[in-house]
Parts: sequence; C-alpha cells; structure tokens
Amino acid sequence: MVTQISIFLPNRPNQLAKVTGILMKEKVNIRALTVSETSDYGILRMIVSDPDKAQKVLQGSFLVDQTDVIACALKDAPGGLNEIATVLGDSGVNIEYLYAFVGKATQAVLILRVENQMRSKAIDVLGNAGVRIYDPEEIYSM
Amino acid sequence: MSDQVRYWAKEIETMPRAQLQDLQLRRFKELATRCYTKVRHYKQKFTDMKITPDDIKTLDDVKKFPITVKADLRDNYPFGLFAEPMENIVRIHASSGTTGKPTVVGYTKHDVDDVWTETMARSLVCAGVWRGDVVQNAYGYGLFTGGLGAHFGCERIGAAVIPMSGGNTERQIMLFQDFGSTVLTATPSFAAYLAEIIKQQKIDRKLIKLHTGVFGAEFWTEKMREKLETAFAEVNATGKFNAIDIYGLSEIEGPGVSNECIFKKGNHIWEDHFLAETIDPKTGEPTAPGEPGELVFSTITKEGIPLVRYTTKDITSLNYEKCDCGRTHVRHAKITGRSDDMMKIKGINVFPSQIEYVLMKIPGVAEHYEIIVERDILDKIKVRVELTPKTFSDSMAELENLKRTIEKELYTTLQINVAVELVAPNTIPRSIGKAKRVIDMRKEG
Ligand SMILES: [Zn+2]
Repeated sequence: MVTQISIFLPNRPNQLAKVTGILMKEKVNIRALTVSETSDYGILRMIVSDPDKAQKVLQGSFLVDQTDVIACALKDAPGGLNEIATVLGDSGVNIEYLYAFVGKATQAVLILRVENQMRSKAIDVLGNAGVRIYDPEEIYSM
Repeated sequence: MSDQVRYWAKEIETMPRAQLQDLQLRRFKELATRCYTKVRHYKQKFTDMKITPDDIKTLDDVKKFPITVKADLRDNYPFGLFAEPMENIVRIHASSGTTGKPTVVGYTKHDVDDVWTETMARSLVCAGVWRGDVVQNAYGYGLFTGGLGAHFGCERIGAAVIPMSGGNTERQIMLFQDFGSTVLTATPSFAAYLAEIIKQQKIDRKLIKLHTGVFGAEFWTEKMREKLETAFAEVNATGKFNAIDIYGLSEIEGPGVSNECIFKKGNHIWEDHFLAETIDPKTGEPTAPGEPGELVFSTITKEGIPLVRYTTKDITSLNYEKCDCGRTHVRHAKITGRSDDMMKIKGINVFPSQIEYVLMKIPGVAEHYEIIVERDILDKIKVRVELTPKTFSDSMAELENLKRTIEKELYTTLQINVAVELVAPNTIPRSIGKAKRVIDMRKEG
C-alpha cells in the first residue's frame, strides 16, 4: 500500500513553502502533491520518497497524518480515467478523492483514496480490469 | 420628538428622598423576611452571618446582609431560589449562565403586573414615549426578557406595540414606512445597522417617523449615542432623534430596572422597587456616591425570586442629585465595564466560561482556544479552536463535521451563532498565568 502524507495547512502566507523547505532540507523528495481547501484551512496531500521520515521531520511544525492510498497506472488514451471510475463505481467503491502525476517514462500515475474497508476490493477489481497497481517502493522512487 | 417631561407615576417618581427611603427601609425589611422564611439558601446564609430581619433598623443595616451572586442561582438551578410555589408563578424566563445551564427566574402575577410592567411603563414614559406612539419592538421575544418586557410596558401606557422581535432587517424597514413607527426599541448595534440600511436604500425621509429609540441590552457609550442620533436624524422626517438608554437584567426583572429621561444624564433607577448600592469589586465594601463600583440591587418588592444585594458585576457610579426632569430617583452613569469577563453580543450575555464548557465536552478539542469579537456594524463572534493530532484527519468531511458540531453545540448553549475556525496546534498565543481568551475588537459599545 502506498502511504500518503496529509498535512493541515492554515490559510496563511508561506505555509506551503515552509513544508517544502523542511522536506528539501531533509532531502525528502516530493513525487506528487495536491491541496484541498476551505476558507480557513487546507489539507496538503503528498506522495514523497520517504513517508516515515517526512512525518517525523514535519510533525514538530505541522499536524501530519499518514493515509493509505492506491497508486495505479492511468492509460495514456482517451477514456483512461473513465474506465477506472466505471470499474470502481460498478463495484460500489466510492472514490473519496484522486489526483494524478506523471512519473518516470512519462507514465501517468493516479493516486486514489477510497474508504479503508473498500481498499482491497478496489485493488482486486482494478487488477481484474487490467489496471496496473504500483508497489509503494516503485512510487517512492519514481 | 417629545421634549415634554411626562411621568407615569408622578407621585412616586418625584417623591421626596426622605419619604422614598422610609419606603425602601420598610420594603427591604419585608424582602429580608420573605427570603428568611421562604428561601432555604437565604435562611442558611443569614443564620451563618448571625443576622435576622429584625436587625434592620436603618438603611445602613443593609450592608450587613450577604451579597448574592450569579453562582447562587446556578447552584440552586432551576427553581431553588424561588420563594413561591409553582402555583403562584405565572412566568419563567432565563438568561445566560456561566456554564451550560441558564440562569432561571420566575415571576408571580404581582411581579409581572406591579413591578416589571409598571417600571417598564415608567421607563418608556421617562424616555418620551406616550399614548399614540407606534413602538416597533425589535428586542427578541422568548426566554430573553427584552421582547416581552418592552411589549407589556408599551401596552400598559397605551402605546401601539408592533411585536417585531429582532433580526429580519428588510421587514423592519418596511414596517417603519408602512406602519409609521415612531419609536424603536432595539439593541444599539442593531439600531445602528437599521439606520445604515435606511440610508443605503435612500428611503423617502417623510416616511420615517421614528423620533425616539429606547436602546439597551448592550453597553454603549456617549459616542455611540451621538452616532445613533445623527444617523436617524439624517433619514427621518423631523431631522431630530432621541437615543435613550434602558437598563435591566433578568435576575432583577428584565428591562426597565432603570431608564434615562430626556435629559440623558444617567439612568433613573426605580428605587421604590430596586434598592441600589455600589460596592468595591475587590473588598465588597460600599463605594461613595459618584465613585465607581459594582452595581448591586435588592429586589425589595419581588415575590417569585426575591434577591438580597444581587451584584450585577456592571461597573458604574450613583448620582443622588435631583434631576432636571423632577425625578428624585437615583441615577446611575453609563455602564463603563464589567468586573467579570461577561460580554454582551447582539444583546445576549456571553461568558467565556460557557464557551469553554462547550469545547471541553467535545472529544479531541484542545484546551487552547481564543474568542474574537468584532463589530462590522453588527456583532460577530468567532472561536478559534486548536486541532490536536487526534482530531486531525486526512478527511476534510470529518474536519468540517467537527467544525459544524462545535458550532451547533455553541448555539445550543449560547443561543447565538458562533463561527468556528479550526487552527493548527500552537497557533493561539500562550500567555503566562490566566490565559487571555477574548479579543474584543469592537471600538465602542
Ligand atoms: Zn431625569
């Protein structure tokens, strides 16, 4: 399972820079990130090269949580995302959120968050549909 | 605009002080007797202090009696301080307590008719309201005493009352025009807001007949009076407006404990019903006339929940000089502050301890919080709450849920809307000693 780092980000200037600054100093690489926000705060979600180290170095300054997510390959063809959404939807798996990034060899990687109890089911149905599921190590070092 | 001095109960309102004091002495003795014989709390207190009603020979002896505080009402929640059985109680009101439970008061028919409605009628007449006036009553109706207190006072003097209650700005302004309201009873901040909207809407000033505002349930200053009088005079038909202060609290009766006359030099306390003192908040010793102190009342004619020397925690001073209006009843200056940390927000009393009480009930909320009060014409209150590693989750839905839960719980206890802001740990400044939890950014009130 791929571990994502989630950070509570107050809506104040320089908060994101502070996070990235700490990670740079500690030589933790960011593979992907996304921010969801309200008017008061945001949640920064990241895939990094070393989630445990990232948590350790950030938690003195920020609220940090680790979340298990699924990383799968996104076909570089029309309907790629639609296929994944349909397969999961048909199996009753609700996607809480998703985001994508481009990994090595210009391969698009999709990060999916589903309810914990639905995770293995999601992996099974995606696998059966021929979607490639990444191992954590592949993603961290991508 | 009424520049004419009128009285509702002239004989009483202008009674020579010596005579008024005789009446107070007799009535204080009756109050002490009622409390001693009918209320276990007072029986115990008097016994502990080795005093009985028979020890009252002069008004100076009042000082020997114990001070009653809000906590006494809380400790006897809900009806423990009532001196009459429920069959004699005709009304129950409640206001903010210092924790989750409200402060409860009960009235007999005598309390409603002969004390509250009577003093409220005097207050309105004192402010310049009279038969023929159309009073738009924008105090909240309900458990809060403001709405009903003003309402029955208006009916008693024969003014036409519009039971509008608070809020509902558009409709308030429609009724000013359509019903030709001549008097507005409201909190000063809501009144200022209404004046602002009337101006913005460029309403034909011939249609705005308001000549007097009877404003209270919040602390306000002389500067605020100037602002309100100018604002209404700019939008009304006559170009003149009187902003008059009304004072009261539910523990004593509700609005109408004291009221300014049209000379606006302090609020006349209706002393034949409420024996007033000021005391030093630190020592509890009486302060001299003109010296600031906590305003203390004995409800010398009340039956439902008679109180001996109840401290309001409002800081003011007393002036016994005869007023230009001819009334002999003592005046208190504008309230300059509180000896505790109670805030008045939209006319509602709010204690930081109530907010703390709510927050501490919610699992996972840190003990660090901060209350921010702002006035953007209307009062706004926000509570900043620190998250803990336990409450933080990757799910925004859960965080938003937590925020809504806190907001809902705060509303249940405070009866006003509080905006909750979730903040990161260590965001709220820590202070040494007693934490400074309240930031009040209202410039005047
Ligand atoms: Zn006067």
